[in-house]
Amino acid sequence: MSRQSHRLPEGGLVERSRALRFTFDGRALTGHPGDTLASALLANGVHLTGRGFKYHRPRGIYTAGPEEPNALVTLGRGGRSEPNVPATTIELFDGLEARSQNRWPSLGFDLMAVTSALKPFFPAGFYYKTFMWPRAFWYRLYEPIIRRAAGLGRLADAPDPDRYEHGHLHADVLVAGAGPAGLVAAREAARAGARVLLVDERAEPGGHLADEQLEIDGKGGAAWAGAVAGELGGMENVRILARTSVFGRYDGMTFGALERVSDHLGETGGLPRQRFWTIHAKQFICAAGAIERPLIFANNDRPGIMLAGAARSYLNRYGVLPGREVLVFTNNDDAYLTARDLARAGAAVAVVDTREKAAGAEMLPASVDVHYGHAIIDTGGRKHVHSAIIAPLNGDAGHIGGQPRRCDLICISGGWNPTTHLLSHLGRKPAWDNAIAAYTMPDPGEGAHVAGGAAGIFDLGSALSDAAGAGRNAAGACGFRARGKAILPALEGTQAYGVTPLWRLPQELSSGAKSFVDLQNDVTVCDLELAQREGFGHADQAKRYTTLGMATDQGKLSNVNALGILAELQGRTLDETGTTTFRPLYSAVALGALAGQRRAGEFAPVRYSAMQDWHEKHGAVFTQAGLWMRPYYYPRGGEDFAAAVNREVTAVRTRVGMVDVSTLGKIELKGPDAGAFLDRLYTGGFSKMKIGRARYGVMLREDAMVFDDGTVSRLAENHYFITVTTANAAAVMRHMEFCHQVHWSKLDVQFCSVSEAWSAMAVAGPESRDVLSSVVEGLNLSNEAFPVLSVGEGTIGGAFARVFRISFSGELAYEVYTPAGHGAGVWQAIFEAGRSSGLTPYGTEAMTVMRTEKGHVAGPELDGRTTAGDLGLGRMMSAKKDYVGRWLAMREGLEGANRLQLVGLRPVGEEGSFVKGAHLVTDPRATGPDASQGHVTSAVHSPTCDGFIALALLKDGRARMGERLFAVSPLHGEEVEVEVTDPVFVDPQGERMRV
Amino acid sequence: MRIACPWCGPRPLSEFTYGGDAAKTRPKAPEAAGLETWMDYVYLRKNPAGRHREYWHHGSGCRCWLIVTRDTVTHEIEHVALAAPQMREGKK
Ligand SMILES: [Zn+2]
Repeated sequence: MSRQSHRLPEGGLVERSRALRFTFDGRALTGHPGDTLASALLANGVHLTGRGFKYHRPRGIYTAGPEEPNALVTLGRGGRSEPNVPATTIELFDGLEARSQNRWPSLGFDLMAVTSALKPFFPAGFYYKTFMWPRAFWYRLYEPIIRRAAGLGRLADAPDPDRYEHGHLHADVLVAGAGPAGLVAAREAARAGARVLLVDERAEPGGHLADEQLEIDGKGGAAWAGAVAGELGGMENVRILARTSVFGRYDGMTFGALERVSDHLGETGGLPRQRFWTIHAKQFICAAGAIERPLIFANNDRPGIMLAGAARSYLNRYGVLPGREVLVFTNNDDAYLTARDLARAGAAVAVVDTREKAAGAEMLPASVDVHYGHAIIDTGGRKHVHSAIIAPLNGDAGHIGGQPRRCDLICISGGWNPTTHLLSHLGRKPAWDNAIAAYTMPDPGEGAHVAGGAAGIFDLGSALSDAAGAGRNAAGACGFRARGKAILPALEGTQAYGVTPLWRLPQELSSGAKSFVDLQNDVTVCDLELAQREGFGHADQAKRYTTLGMATDQGKLSNVNALGILAELQGRTLDETGTTTFRPLYSAVALGALAGQRRAGEFAPVRYSAMQDWHEKHGAVFTQAGLWMRPYYYPRGGEDFAAAVNREVTAVRTRVGMVDVSTLGKIELKGPDAGAFLDRLYTGGFSKMKIGRARYGVMLREDAMVFDDGTVSRLAENHYFITVTTANAAAVMRHMEFCHQVHWSKLDVQFCSVSEAWSAMAVAGPESRDVLSSVVEGLNLSNEAFPVLSVGEGTIGGAFARVFRISFSGELAYEVYTPAGHGAGVWQAIFEAGRSSGLTPYGTEAMTVMRTEKGHVAGPELDGRTTAGDLGLGRMMSAKKDYVGRWLAMREGLEGANRLQLVGLRPVGEEGSFVKGAHLVTDPRATGPDASQGHVTSAVHSPTCDGFIALALLKDGRARMGERLFAVSPLHGEEVEVEVTDPVFVDPQGERMRV
Repeated sequence: MRIACPWCGPRPLSEFTYGGDAAKTRPKAPEAAGLETWMDYVYLRKNPAGRHREYWHHGSGCRCWLIVTRDTVTHEIEHVALAAPQMREGKK
């Protein structure tokens, strides 16, 4: 085991008796259970963890929480590789592998650091200004350089092997944050009887308590928090979610949260990696605490410079002494706790306070010097800070270049910002509070409460009594009255908080070296000053102009400092300037978690017909039709696609074939007004259709475009059955419900989707009657008894069968419907009966070929822009009744020579083939959208016509029969001369289906 | 966003499909209505920032069309009713 150079022999929550091995950039190190990657690195004396975004300057661990701007690493390998994870949030496990980012070839020696010398390349507004330069410069020169230089981690290059889950949670009261305020609020709400959901991003409750040396109820902070959490965990109406971040608030008291289920285990062990929770609550208590602000000075980004609260956290929570010669630079009293605790741990500490006096100083041991009215104005040390220059704030420029003071750790504190993001996500703006020099949310809005540090209450005693009130109020709003007094703990070791803001050093104390405001996007004080000079000083403009706050940390550390600087430059107050808008997500959520179970095969349900097994056994190649898997073709022997489809088509045209059409949408309608209802849905009339008859029907949208087509059959006086296209089945049902419930609710009709209840198969070809007659009982299929468009009932192998004499292929054909449970049996029975006729199963492609040969329109022609007239179905539009789409069909523009009309196309010459989507032009060299006269919608090779045929939509097409055009698809490099024909290629009189 | 369906109770947005402006009514006398009235019904929509009555279909629930009164800015839902008048009577 390697020695952890900066681990103290005792203190903190880490389990020193167990060592965890991990690697950072391949270097083997150890830490302990309870460590984060950041604390384990610091325990080993490693501060340098990455390189800056723009200038590639060395950067170190800056915080101890999710607000970390610098120490972003890539975890894991291959498909599990995850970039841009803050080292401060990664719980250490045995075998963890982390790599630094944004450096090349190595972290210690980075070639791109020369961009520091190329500073003029990267001023604020760089991207905007650069876009103004000649385009060629951008693509050839700047973009490649920037791509190389900028950017953070790299994405994984393999699919993520882990599992993610989605879930919903419901609660009366959601408490975000299980720090002291969250615990007390949750306990009060739960005691009143409310169903409480307490959520915290850390593994253990208590928030910052473990970072502090204080006593609550005579215990250490972490022990007290553990006891309260234990008490809550024992209550039936409380659920605690640890390692879970509430990342967003949405409409109607809905919240998003991400639970890291197994990230801390190293291996998922069968568990999902993360869970994405949608939380529905009645009341919300934001107890998210506060985030410390940095102070800004020249070279404030060196490794070894960190927030004062973070240093205290590493010391008290993790037992790590992050430095031995420490400067604490502050404008507020909180940082004195850091000075005190580090001094107690044996570090040599001095405080530099921008103020003239400080109440916090009383707690310091005598060994700690305090320099009042001073500031750190610059630092030295390339890969680790080794010195700082301290100057009196009211002094003169003589101090620049003055005597540096040695140090190996600078702890900075510019005050604390309440974490009110979740209260702002719906657009509510925070207000500036001068007393704590921070934005707060005094009125969090209906149903919301704010407690503790998030409310800007930094004195623990006041925070807890306030939080108890929030818990009781939230429960009360849900109808739960609290009984008795709130339970509040006894406190020792807390102190008052005072702060005097300092947004930037006076001009005369600025050395000219970079002073970073946003460490993650490398935005400096100079950049903000430039934005202001160039007229982009408004908070929202400056953000975009400089990219401040737009990195993955979303400006958690930088936003308020930037607003302070801008306000100062404009001579305004922070109340006047206001903040930029906070939006979800508060913290990063992996795409895998957003996708949840919905990926690969589980992206959407897959639907199979009842005959799926048969299709598989008979070698079908499948294609996806919406959610359905359908046989595409059934290759035999070594047949390729074209050979199989040609064979299947020829079999139907010469003998008999069978296709599974179970996927069609099927709807049954009953009631005295069923016919009248159908009359209003379809262009044709059905109320007068005879019982036992079927007919083709077309539905329009109200704007007169064709919506769907299918068959309508009348099974009994008040009983109809319709089929709709596979793709539109759900939309047609919704449309029918709208028409019935909204337009014509007085019609006495009920209808129901029965798509899944019936299996359906079409038996088509000259021998189809012979095959079916031999297997159907109780139904005479002769031409006289059962002519075209008849509907009848019988049995096949004892199973109920509804038979329709309907043809899509143009051949003598029948559709057989049977309850889905009998689908496979009936299919098999017909197949057996057809053996002697060579009955050939065929797939959707053969079906497409045959419907194209017959000029029947389908999905490609029903593209939402075609009218019934365009498709040659104008004769189906009744002039005797009201129906959806009738009245706008007559308007100007939907009639006349400018419409694209359905035509057929054949190549001129032997070998021509088409591409679907090709444009029809008179001159193949013409370019531009005006050149197109129309386009090819369906194109197939027709064995019946012995060549390629196509359906197309052509301007004024019906008047152009025999005309020659070119079908061109520059994308495919195809150009074919074509002749315009009638869209019906086979049996134009429709005789074959009537035999 | 959740919609409190009169039949099913508060249900998540993913169960519903939006159906547009409920202020629009299909002309009662379709033939006499004239082209302008039809164009207005099919194409013209207000786009208010604020209160809006709109159709929603509870496709993953009771399959009823609802009329939801919603604030388009805050997404707050003021009122939900069944679209079909006689269903409304049946319910309440
Ligand atoms: Zn419902």
